[in-house]
Amino acid sequence: MAKGAMSAGLGAARRVWALVYRHLALYRRSWPRLLDFAYGPVLQLLIWGFTARFLAAHGGASAGLAGLLIAGVLLWEAALASQLGFSVSFLEEIWSRNLGHLFVSPLRPWELIAALIVMSVLRLLAGMMPAILLAFLLYAFDIFALGPVVLLLFANLAAMGWWVALGIVAFILRHGAGAEGLVWTVMFGLTPLSAVFYPVSALPAALRPLAWALPSAHVFEGLRAALSGGGSGFRDLAFAFGLNLVWLLAMALLFRRELHAARRGGALVSLGE
Amino acid sequence: MAAIRVEGLSKRYGPVTAVAGISFTVAAGEIVALLGANGAGKTTTLAMLLGLVLPSAGRIEILGHDMARDRFAALARMNFASPYIALPARLSVAENLRVYGHLYGVAGLERRIRELAGELDLLAFLDRPAGTLSAGQKTRLALAKALINRPAVLLLDEPTASLDPDTADRLRAWLAAYRAASGCAILLASHNMAEVERLSDQVLMLRQGAIVARGSPAALCGQFGRDTLEAVFLAIARATW
Repeated sequence: MAKGAMSAGLGAARRVWALVYRHLALYRRSWPRLLDFAYGPVLQLLIWGFTARFLAAHGGASAGLAGLLIAGVLLWEAALASQLGFSVSFLEEIWSRNLGHLFVSPLRPWELIAALIVMSVLRLLAGMMPAILLAFLLYAFDIFALGPVVLLLFANLAAMGWWVALGIVAFILRHGAGAEGLVWTVMFGLTPLSAVFYPVSALPAALRPLAWALPSAHVFEGLRAALSGGGSGFRDLAFAFGLNLVWLLAMALLFRRELHAARRGGALVSLGE
Repeated sequence: MAAIRVEGLSKRYGPVTAVAGISFTVAAGEIVALLGANGAGKTTTLAMLLGLVLPSAGRIEILGHDMARDRFAALARMNFASPYIALPARLSVAENLRVYGHLYGVAGLERRIRELAGELDLLAFLDRPAGTLSAGQKTRLALAKALINRPAVLLLDEPTASLDPDTADRLRAWLAAYRAASGCAILLASHNMAEVERLSDQVLMLRQGAIVARGSPAALCGQFGRDTLEAVFLAIARATW
């Protein structure tokens, strides 16, 4: 029994590795894709970093506020990188018309999701490292000075990227590649509600419940608490973690339902169209 | 035990019936061809056998596994090739085969890749990106992918489409030899009547989603009073019943 379970586990790990290897082989041959990983985070860092420095130099912002802007942009870009790493890896299968082969292989849907999460983490690491390094070199801002809590902040935002991407992928499965534009727009739509650069209390009262339903709003409240010395931010992170679990479960159920609907409606046969 | 057993298989998309209650079996070591005009239901039938499309009714059993309940056990022991589903173009031939070798849990993968590449004349192209291959080389790569796990059931959609006569002929000879050596059950959809006559033990003629005739190529020619399978095909496709 235990031997059978171990064998099944190793089989699953090998299938996940197959997909990760497929994407690593692709990136090895495509430097524009690698460049794209770091482009967004670095660009945003430069814009917000110089804005913060300008405001600080003209008395419009304290050093603390400047740090908040830079930390905010770094963390929010991590959420974006996570979401893009997941959903663009899925789109690569559609673009290369390879998805049909994958769906008729022994790859289980949850193994596909696991492989996309691994790719998301790799993209997050590859994309964020240059921006974090630049923040230190250009603005003397060391995000790791916040302590171990920073890893939890990143982890929660990465998890948010996964469930947002899972929802988008479910939508693409059901409605075809015509919905792929959502990959680049959904997270931007969530930015105002995520309270990246301002507290949730700055939002109109009607929007606050929506903001509190997002893990990102709790993460950034936690960040502000940690930066201002007003707390460790762990309470906010606990809320974010709980919300991420709920959203991840909801999107996994949505993915399963939409995959079933796509198989029933024949959408998988013509997904690239 | 039949390698493939299909009973009362139907697929409806709203008011359109793509497949209308077909039943057939494919024995181990047998090659069965699905023939029919465009829209006759060949691709939908293959897609249901592969688990890509859910049937509206009926039952599919492959290698003893019910595809509705246990499809991954069956999928691990079957494979599929089609010129209409590509492999990643930027990955090399070896990388593509490695990906699918891992997906199918192939033991001794590097040895298997070299073995298949040797048999299918792909050794010189192992490091070439798949997108730079000729049509014939791509078809051989698709077949190598389909054989990477030594499948007991092989589904082929137009296996020689877009190949020159020489390459197509060599591929057919190779498929016949593979079937003889491995005992693999092969279900192929094709529009190439010469190919079907040469390779198939049984032919299923589809029209508007239903099987309207079945038998060996020779038996079908006799049944319809025609000299060739192509003439039988035309008679069925143009019939007004």
